[in-house]
Amino acid sequence: MTPLTASTAAAPGASKASHVNVNDFTILVATANGTGSQTANSTLIRTIMGMGLPVSGKNIFPSNIQGLPTWYSIRVCEAGWSSFRRVPDVVICMNPATALEDVRKVAPGGTVIFDAPLQLEKMRDDVRFYAVPFGKLVSQVTPNSKLWTLLKNMLYVGAAAELLSLDFAEVEKALRKAFASKPKALESNLLAVRIGADYAKANFPERPPFRVEARNLTAGKILIDGNSATALGACMAGCTVLTWYPITPSSSVAESLQEYFAKHRRTPDGKHTYAVIQAEDELAAVGMCIGAGWAGARAMTATSGPGVSLMSEFIGLAYYAEVPFVLVNVQRTGPSTGLPTRTMQGDLLACAYNSHGDTKHPMLFPATPEEAYRMTMDAFELAEGAQTPVFVLSDLDLGMNNWMCDPFAYPETPIARGKVLSKEAFLKMPAGSWGRYADVDGDGIPWRTLPGTEQDGMAYFTRGTGHDEKARYTEDDAMYVKNMVRLSKKFETIRKLVPAPLVSAAPKPSRTGVLAFGTTHYAVEEARALLRTDHGIEFDYMRLRAFPFTDDVKRFFDAHDHVYVVEQNRDAQMAAMLRIEIPEVAMKIRSLLRFDGLPMAADEVAAEIAAKEPRR
Amino acid sequence: MSSTLPPSVPGAAPGGASQPAKPQVNRLGLSQKDYGGVPSTLCNGCGHDTITAALISAMWEDGMNPYKIAKMSGIGCSSKTTAYFNSKAWGFNAVHGRMPSVATGAILANHTLNSVGVSGDGDTASIGIGQFVHAIRRNVPLVYVVENNGVYGLTKGQFSATAERGAKSRWGDENQAEGIDLCGLALELGCTFVARSFSADRKQIVPLLRAALRHRGTAVLDIISPCVTFNNHEASTKSYDWGRTHEKPIHEIGYVNAWDAPAVDYPEGERIEVPMPDGGRILLRKLGRDHDPRDRESAARLIAEARARREFLTGIFYVDGDAPNLVDGLNLPAEPLATLPESLTRPGRDALDAVMESFR
Ligand SMILES: Cc1ncc(C[n+]2csc(CCOP(=O)(O)OP(=O)(O)O)c2C)c(N)n1
Ligand code: SF4
Ligand SMILES: [Mg+2]
Repeated sequence: MTPLTASTAAAPGASKASHVNVNDFTILVATANGTGSQTANSTLIRTIMGMGLPVSGKNIFPSNIQGLPTWYSIRVCEAGWSSFRRVPDVVICMNPATALEDVRKVAPGGTVIFDAPLQLEKMRDDVRFYAVPFGKLVSQVTPNSKLWTLLKNMLYVGAAAELLSLDFAEVEKALRKAFASKPKALESNLLAVRIGADYAKANFPERPPFRVEARNLTAGKILIDGNSATALGACMAGCTVLTWYPITPSSSVAESLQEYFAKHRRTPDGKHTYAVIQAEDELAAVGMCIGAGWAGARAMTATSGPGVSLMSEFIGLAYYAEVPFVLVNVQRTGPSTGLPTRTMQGDLLACAYNSHGDTKHPMLFPATPEEAYRMTMDAFELAEGAQTPVFVLSDLDLGMNNWMCDPFAYPETPIARGKVLSKEAFLKMPAGSWGRYADVDGDGIPWRTLPGTEQDGMAYFTRGTGHDEKARYTEDDAMYVKNMVRLSKKFETIRKLVPAPLVSAAPKPSRTGVLAFGTTHYAVEEARALLRTDHGIEFDYMRLRAFPFTDDVKRFFDAHDHVYVVEQNRDAQMAAMLRIEIPEVAMKIRSLLRFDGLPMAADEVAAEIAAKEPRR
Repeated sequence: MSSTLPPSVPGAAPGGASQPAKPQVNRLGLSQKDYGGVPSTLCNGCGHDTITAALISAMWEDGMNPYKIAKMSGIGCSSKTTAYFNSKAWGFNAVHGRMPSVATGAILANHTLNSVGVSGDGDTASIGIGQFVHAIRRNVPLVYVVENNGVYGLTKGQFSATAERGAKSRWGDENQAEGIDLCGLALELGCTFVARSFSADRKQIVPLLRAALRHRGTAVLDIISPCVTFNNHEASTKSYDWGRTHEKPIHEIGYVNAWDAPAVDYPEGERIEVPMPDGGRILLRKLGRDHDPRDRESAARLIAEARARREFLTGIFYVDGDAPNLVDGLNLPAEPLATLPESLTRPGRDALDAVMESFR
């Protein structure tokens, strides 16, 4: 049996599994929002990672500050897969409100660790139950009842660590890191872990059929959320102006960036090489961004779908006036009172063709934290290079969840600020020859000047498309058309500048293709392995990384009879864009869609493709 | 009034009346023409054009560095006017009601720019009221001129949010909603420079603009500026006739720069002098009223009384030259963020290593 299928292998209704699953299972921790379980969950993850095993963590949380149920899903997988598993193997039930539902979720042959008073043990006979009296135990940790809610979390860390054979030296390391600046808290948390573990040891002679065994697969790796990676990319890219309005799941981009700025972006005499404004709304956030980009700053804003909607008018202006800035959109589900804390790839059309009139915008689709870091840097180069707004389309799954990856590389190339005309260069030009919107290089990208340059002839007046090549006001029809055609040419130049898709070919030539982008990558990648082992189905895989689509996309369609376009929205937005941009591929598109707000699961992708593909 | 004020340029008459022989130059050696823009395309007689002319005079008289001015505007007839002055400077005709955010961004990128924002009453009091409020709250260094005609000129005469209840349109219909008093609102929000004027009162506007241009924070100038095409009829309260017959200046205004020749002052007892942080001075000559514009309560009272009595008071209601502005709080280097070198904007390898270590 391959490690991939080990945990779901037990037949429905099977009694307690006899084999032991080593290093390939999913733990679901069910708590209530606001109980402070984050540190406990990250301790579990760091411990597993410290034991040399690939691990990933996903937060499934409500739009609420306190009280509503929240889940944290931890996947340990020696094979390295990190897509979402809908069916957990081990459930830690801390929330009475969802306990019954949580027990129903666990895979047959699974394990439930629960708060003893919940009395869940009779619910199923195909899983093992471990009742821990967390309430009683926590009073042994401290008499201070104010800390009980928090410390109960560390009790489940201790019990789970003991039951799943985690390495306590790694648990301690993780705690020391988490509480580096709070020695008193460290002490009580360590004690709680010990008490939880001791209880499990003394009371559960029979071990659950899940065990973590140390390996050496994580040396040098980091564990990071996509939003931190994006923020770090912006900090390293030399972003100088950040303007934003809080919205989940993008807020932590701005918050992390402010931390990086404060630590790493000061002059020798302590001055800030950045400015951050928390604006009054997204209209103001993007307006400030545009004013800053226009006046020469490397400017960015971070938001999510509702914010993009508010920014739309301004985005159109920036497109026509050719003002660079970076817009990070950490996508989420639906409107403000939809499932705002769940993930989605739902803003493709809203971003690609955002605003009024003829507009289209470059978009980058990071799938990994490394890409979130790198593409954010690239986005600034592209925005200033092409003098246009650039979208980085992340999502909640990438942005707010923890991913294991290699540390990020220092940027190899110096910062390039694009076609900014200096006074010296201007003076070397024939008098009167410069025009703000003149295409002198044949790439559709004009030269701009920066406000405040002390030289006659360099100033220009900025407005929408009602301008000629020298930025003078005109409503001349031919001039308008000429300018719009140049903007299209600029988009063609951008097509050559954006990152190409990554293609991974099947071992044997295949007539079936799969196309994905962003975080659906994880499900597709793993589904590929499942289809290979379980169904003998092989396909070529293209992961898109940018819009406009490079010529590779059409070539990929040409080389296949049909291509599954995998995306996380109801209306097949990427498929729609492919049909608009490359109409001849339309008939080859088969959409594979999920839109329930949860990260995509590999087994579901595999099942759907297996059902649609002819048997080989 | 001008005779009692010092000329800012030796030999030049304040207000900028030029002598035909040789063009007069200011302290930078620039003539008034050097602060000009492209020809206006507004209706003949539009109040906005007079404000444009006053801006040109004020910048010239003051000897402002023309390249370091950022001309910001929203959308409307009024917002078009930034093209009609100072072509040596960059201008940004942004989107309707959002000039303040774009101006704020430009200042973040380059805090050495002097931002002059021109807006309309629709642009500010209707669609843009939020950004107006927040620019003031942040004390963005910005001269914020509202060319207030009580209507949307560019979309052909609909009432704006500054039209008073009961105001009549050109077609005779009556405005049903209360008008917003931008000076009262600005003051309430903590605005550090609040003034009202009348576009036809050029003598007042020029020194008022000079004072505002030297102010370090947000200077709100609510300038009644008749729309000759849509709101200059008999029943209008924003017409030339109405303005001329109703304007009551609360004081005469003069402005003296630090580098100007010693002042010939207003007589003691009639005079109020407000020093500005850069060494300049606002000189006010009382006109029957005892209002010191550094007194916020007095300003609030004055504005409220005028509103209740439907009086058209003009002048500087309030000024606080020393209040910290947006830029003061940002701890920025002297060089603009826009042009900082990579050595200052990209952290070194050590920094990245340290961040990576924190995620191990
Ligand atoms: C988002 C948006 N809505 C509506 C308009 C149409 N519009 C253009 S100017 C204007 C009103 C301008 O009035 P005001 O600011 O008072 O300027 P005035 O023309 O009176 O000087 C409107 C509603 C627009 N340009 N943008
Ligand atoms: S319509 Fe009114 S505001 Fe517009 S230019 Fe004409 S007079 Fe001026
Ligand atoms: Mg108006």
